[in-house]
Amino acid sequence: MNLIKTLLAGAAVATGLAGAAFAEDKLKVGFIYIGPPGDMGWTYEHDQGRKAIEEALGDKVETTYVENVPESADSERVMTQMALSGHKLIFATSFNYMDHVMNVAKKFPDVKFEHATGFKRADNVSTYSARFYEGRAVIGHIAGHMTKTNTIGYIASYPIPEVIRGINSAYLAAKAVNPEVKFKVVWAYTWFDPGKEADAANALIEQGADVIMQHTDSTAPMSEMKKHEGIIGFGQASDMGQFAPKPRVSSIIDNWAPYYVARTQAMLDGTWESTDTWHGIKEGMVEIGEMTDAIPAEVRASAQELADKLASGEVHAFTGPINKQDGSAWLAEGETADDGTLAGMDFYVEGIEAEIPN
Amino acid sequence: MDLSSISPVTLIVSLMAASTPILLAALGELVVEKSGVLNLGVEGMMIIGAVCGFIAAVTTGSPWLGFLFGAICGAAVSMIFAVLTQYLMANQVASGLGLTMFGLGLAALLGHSYTGINPPSFSQIHIPVLSDLPVVGRIVFGHDPMIYFSLALTFGIWYFLTRTRGGLVLRAVGESHDAAHALGYKVIRIRMLAIAFGGACAGLGGAYLSLVRVPQWAEGMTAGAGWIALAIVVFASWKPGRAIIGAYLFGGVTVLQLNLQAAGLAISPAYLSMTPYLATIIVLVIMASDKKRQSLNAPASLGKTFFAST
Repeated sequence: MNLIKTLLAGAAVATGLAGAAFAEDKLKVGFIYIGPPGDMGWTYEHDQGRKAIEEALGDKVETTYVENVPESADSERVMTQMALSGHKLIFATSFNYMDHVMNVAKKFPDVKFEHATGFKRADNVSTYSARFYEGRAVIGHIAGHMTKTNTIGYIASYPIPEVIRGINSAYLAAKAVNPEVKFKVVWAYTWFDPGKEADAANALIEQGADVIMQHTDSTAPMSEMKKHEGIIGFGQASDMGQFAPKPRVSSIIDNWAPYYVARTQAMLDGTWESTDTWHGIKEGMVEIGEMTDAIPAEVRASAQELADKLASGEVHAFTGPINKQDGSAWLAEGETADDGTLAGMDFYVEGIEAEIPN
Repeated sequence: MDLSSISPVTLIVSLMAASTPILLAALGELVVEKSGVLNLGVEGMMIIGAVCGFIAAVTTGSPWLGFLFGAICGAAVSMIFAVLTQYLMANQVASGLGLTMFGLGLAALLGHSYTGINPPSFSQIHIPVLSDLPVVGRIVFGHDPMIYFSLALTFGIWYFLTRTRGGLVLRAVGESHDAAHALGYKVIRIRMLAIAFGGACAGLGGAYLSLVRVPQWAEGMTAGAGWIALAIVVFASWKPGRAIIGAYLFGGVTVLQLNLQAAGLAISPAYLSMTPYLATIIVLVIMASDKKRQSLNAPASLGKTFFAST
């Protein structure tokens, strides 16, 4: 009798160990988010990407995330904790995590890091971003056609290249179809603060803007636009379809899922390498959300055409002649911007009447 | 730069709306601190009020019920803090911080299925003739009822604290709980009531944020408003009238700097957003430099645990 018991117990322990060993085999993938997944904007889409990994790779992976991680030394602590608890692949999904990612990556050479929208890389640090500016060109085109006051309001977050590039791209596209157009830019100095974002939208509307673009993460500006007559805007990072058909007339959607799944698969296959990825409409990392009936049919058609041409490479969002704001020449006739300049863009193009805060 | 594009009237109207959530929360915390309790959980109570108020308003279709429910839920979570600190003698600072974290997490859980929904609209009052007057009409007669309520509440709290027996007892408890106890006042019961009132005010402020100011629910939407409310209590040196000045200054600077930016003023917005915090620090330094005034203003038993001697 005792023998049987011992055998059974031994079997149970063995099974338990096997189970544990199996769990160890799972690839642990960590995410740090700047906001909450429920922001319905930027972080929401990254979290959709995380869920896509779980869906595609099932029990081979285990994902965790930490939300509302400040872009400070706190993020280093969170990433260190993740690395120590066995995460082998860590996605850091905001620009200013950059130096912290580099610091942690140095301490954990075996752990692979993926940093969104940054430009510093190492053997175990990849960067990836989307060509949001292509989407900005499309909504800029729509905005230029639709504004009646010729004033477009822009809620910007921080003066970093990604944001400045978006302003320039939207401005050039709007200007191309409406030479009278003017941009008013407000820097919120936050990625996520619904109250402040709503106030910023309100300030822009009060000062005559009838089209609002945002480069912040919450849907608060949409709610604010809804309170006013005849104001339109665009979903940012996520579709924000609950505000369609108006004020949200279209949107720029970041689709991270295919990239996240591919990178995690590469980890499983052992083929992960440090890379720099910058995908646009063509690869599907940037999508243009449904254009609603609030946009006249011919504008919808021309916007779609622009999107298609950006995808095929026939058109580049930054095609010369373009001067910098101070009047100096940047791109000659027919010349297109190189990725290096775009990645580090720290100047406005000619025609924008504002200064970039330093 | 075109400063003429900023309309002073709309600026004042929008700053009042922007300041109301922090004003309500600050008024509640002011009463709590006057009773000698430091509750650092304002942010947590606010966000609970924001999510509960939002859920109630969406479910019933009535913003009024939303405000009511937001206040009730704010008071309910404050009771966790009250029991911990008043009966179990827990440290007030730690319990308050815990309440903030608990509130943020619970609110995210409760509000999970409520993102992306629009609440029933809560419109501004419109009095024929009066609301149509130029300038005065919009500044004095053109707000939503909650703004008038917040102003009335400020007056009510001032009256209660300085002109009634109940207010005198509350202040006595906050100044010296041992003396108040010796006189036969129920220190713990009074503090429980003050904490509940503070929670209700914070909840109301949160509900105003999710139902009127932003109108939507988003995780973490208070974004530090509760901490600003705490700073305003100190800024106001525990006087309700000054709390209005503090809250409107905070809200005003935020709205003004956004308007100045939209008008194209070339001052770094980083400096402008610093100003309310700088003002608070300066006030704190001035207060700390004058021991006599400080002792007049801050409740002497603030943050101290009360052990009832028999």
